[in-house]
Amino acid sequence: MRGRKALERADSLRTMSAEAPLIHARGLTKKFGELTAVDGIDFDVARGEAFGFLGPNGAGKSSTMRMIGCVSPITDGTLTVLGLDPRRDGAAIRQRLGVVPQLDTLDTELTVRENMIIYGRYFGLSRKEVRARADRLLEFVQLDERAGSRVDPLSGGMKRRLTIARSLVNEPELLLLDEPTTGLDPQARHAVWDRLFRLKRQGVTLVLTTHYMDEAEQLCDRLVIMDRGTIAEEGSPLELIQRLSTREVVELRFPDDVPEVEVSVFNGQVARMETLPDRLLLYTDDGDALVPVAHERLHPQSVLVRRSTLEDVFLRLTGRTLVD
Amino acid sequence: MDYSPRAYEYWVTSYRRVWRGSIVTSLVSPVLYLTAMGVGLGKIVNHGAHPLPVPYLDYVAPGLLAAVCMQIGAFESAYPIMSAIRWTRQFHAMLATPLRIRDVVLGHQLYVASRIAVVSAIYLAVIAVFGTIHSFFAIAAWPVAVLLGAAFSAPVVAFAGWLERDEGFNALFRFGIIPMFLFGGAFFPVTQLPHGFREIAYATPLWNAVDLMRHLTLGNPTLWLSLIHVAYLALWAAVGLLLAQRTFTRRLVT
Repeated sequence: MRGRKALERADSLRTMSAEAPLIHARGLTKKFGELTAVDGIDFDVARGEAFGFLGPNGAGKSSTMRMIGCVSPITDGTLTVLGLDPRRDGAAIRQRLGVVPQLDTLDTELTVRENMIIYGRYFGLSRKEVRARADRLLEFVQLDERAGSRVDPLSGGMKRRLTIARSLVNEPELLLLDEPTTGLDPQARHAVWDRLFRLKRQGVTLVLTTHYMDEAEQLCDRLVIMDRGTIAEEGSPLELIQRLSTREVVELRFPDDVPEVEVSVFNGQVARMETLPDRLLLYTDDGDALVPVAHERLHPQSVLVRRSTLEDVFLRLTGRTLVD
Repeated sequence: MDYSPRAYEYWVTSYRRVWRGSIVTSLVSPVLYLTAMGVGLGKIVNHGAHPLPVPYLDYVAPGLLAAVCMQIGAFESAYPIMSAIRWTRQFHAMLATPLRIRDVVLGHQLYVASRIAVVSAIYLAVIAVFGTIHSFFAIAAWPVAVLLGAAFSAPVVAFAGWLERDEGFNALFRFGIIPMFLFGGAFFPVTQLPHGFREIAYATPLWNAVDLMRHLTLGNPTLWLSLIHVAYLALWAAVGLLLAQRTFTRRLVT
């Protein structure tokens, strides 16, 4: 039901912009032997959108990205990227894509600038043009001072920024980012987000995968939550939170075991409850009103009222079990 | 469209880091080998009941040329290819751009060809200085060197694309390249080998190249035998390329 609604929404979006979607997928499937990594998913990405694939490891995000990036043949279904068929026009599509892969593909023995230039040359840019763009883009990601340095000693965040700069060398219409900030420290993540914001403002269509909820909330206009190869939910971050969680969450912390209680003791103030080893999460629309009741009934060590986040949605949908 | 020159440019950029040392090695090693093998060893061999019809230095020089081209062709196609697949992952970078598998494979082949073109030119110049070239046919040894490089490079590239771990290269060098270097006709006629081994030697691409180059530098090639040698080397290169296309596709386009 919800899937169809999403599609209708995407269709109406398309009518509004009077333009075919940049990415159009129906029943998109990827199998590796017996394993079905992507199990018949439907989605559309419109021009100028920032679209996210969220999900735990192994949900099929990267496989989907690799199919969009025309480096992984689709097993079944239909996929068009920039209005072209990846099976036939892979090279032509890739000419217009920027790709930030999950694992860096930099040559760490070469310098920052050499990596930029070589990559630009893969797109057939003239030497002069690629040099000018390399300078501009290295400045954009604040690596201009390291242009002559080898890549090897750079920090993880710098390498990631270089990979982003490199992915922009062909001035792509569509930028694919597979876990752009995984493994980075908070400062480095914010530096990357800042650059991605700017690109978005410039009208570059972003498609990214992440398992960081804050990243999805920060960057995505619209996202899908993937689980075991299928799309579990689709919407804007706010819509998803509104639809699938409550406005607020009250976190009660206990020194020892979390007491066993029934939701009913809160007289309908709590929509849902979740018990963690040391905490009890109460999903409610009015946290402040719930605090005195919680104190009185449960005597927690501490109480925290916070806004519901995409993380709450995500964990509700995909469960708390560790996925490898 | 052929995008292989774009992939070629990567290898050239990568090589530029080491070119000085590499060129010096290409210049010094033939001098050392020819002095030791040809001048030193050559003085005390070749006096038995069946001496070679030419001085040992003249005999061994084209053999060394072929052996060196074999080593470069194989070596440049082993670890660097595995690195571009697994460590620097540069092939993944290429394939995210308009480049396709065949561009990636051919771009590297162009690089190996130019490496060997440079090294073999230096080598030919050095052995000319040592006075071992007896004919203008020797010029033809130059393209033969490049073809020999491809006859080794392409199959090793395919092998590198197929290998799961780099330990496999040890086996390749231990049981393939080094035995060919020693017994493939570079240093002594394979007719010295017992039957069985001799036939194996005839089947190696190295022996075919050595025999052809030797006839060219000594100035006594025959047309039909030369053509057979060339065709045989080309066959190794062609089969290697086809296999590389397959192993790369399985490895990189999943």
